[in-house]
Amino acid sequence: MSDYLDGNVAAGPLSELFAVDLTAAIAQCNGCGHTTVFAESRVYADAPGLVARCVGCDSVLLRIVTTPNDTYLDLRGLTYLRVPTT
Amino acid sequence: MNIVSPGFTGRRRGGTELPPGQYLTHEFPVLSAGPTPHVRTEHWEFTVTTESGEMYRWDWPALMALPAEEITKDIHCVTRWSKLQTTWKGVSLDTLLADVETGADYAMAHSYGGYTTNLPLEDLLDGQSWIAYEYDDEPLDPEHGGPARLLVPHLYFWKSAKWVRGLVLSDTEDLGFWETAGYHEYGDPWKEQRYAGD
Ligand SMILES: [Zn+2]
Repeated sequence: MSDYLDGNVAAGPLSELFAVDLTAAIAQCNGCGHTTVFAESRVYADAPGLVARCVGCDSVLLRIVTTPNDTYLDLRGLTYLRVPTT
Repeated sequence: MNIVSPGFTGRRRGGTELPPGQYLTHEFPVLSAGPTPHVRTEHWEFTVTTESGEMYRWDWPALMALPAEEITKDIHCVTRWSKLQTTWKGVSLDTLLADVETGADYAMAHSYGGYTTNLPLEDLLDGQSWIAYEYDDEPLDPEHGGPARLLVPHLYFWKSAKWVRGLVLSDTEDLGFWETAGYHEYGDPWKEQRYAGD
């Protein structure tokens, strides 16, 4: 039994913050350098927030916590998100 | 018409009261922010590092050799479930910290898998916290934090770090995993301190 989902689960909360679909972006892990489309990351959602982790090294790539007043977005685990220029 | 007999004051059913915004569950929901570490007891250790850098260390046999307590406490998760009268066995932090020389005010709990959570040191003392290794008379399941977890039932349950492997004591308050992402630095369920600023 796996306790995580794929990165597409983050599409909803991310679309509240960004106009582009970030799950289709290329993401580089700041821990191990693993580079892949964000949708392939492992998302743990049965938690006080949403946590996306690297498939290469399990480090945290992104965290989203939604409180009644604010949304906290932590991107420290990403070296970059690469989004095609339109 | 209702007739109220003056001597009858009624009886509160069960007499239990939940912190504000909580609901009662009889399940034991599993919350996790990452993969479940499977730490074998022969490789397990628990360390306390003081503000001067001195380290105290216990392996599994050393933990088992310490006096254990049976604990029955209500637990309250910030995701709004509460579970009453949960039963645990573990070693009091008073016992583990008895010979630790420190004047620190704060502790950061560190877990296998990288999780952290911060607490005032005084909330770990005076019979308020344990390193728990049995739940319901069974060895603690890895999904619930086994082989051993921190148990601090008077605070929201994210403070009761699963897979605990150590405490780092400090003069300054640093923030842990959820506390750096919008959750309250202290987390008293009776004051409903869920989020930063509550
Ligand atoms: Zn990585």
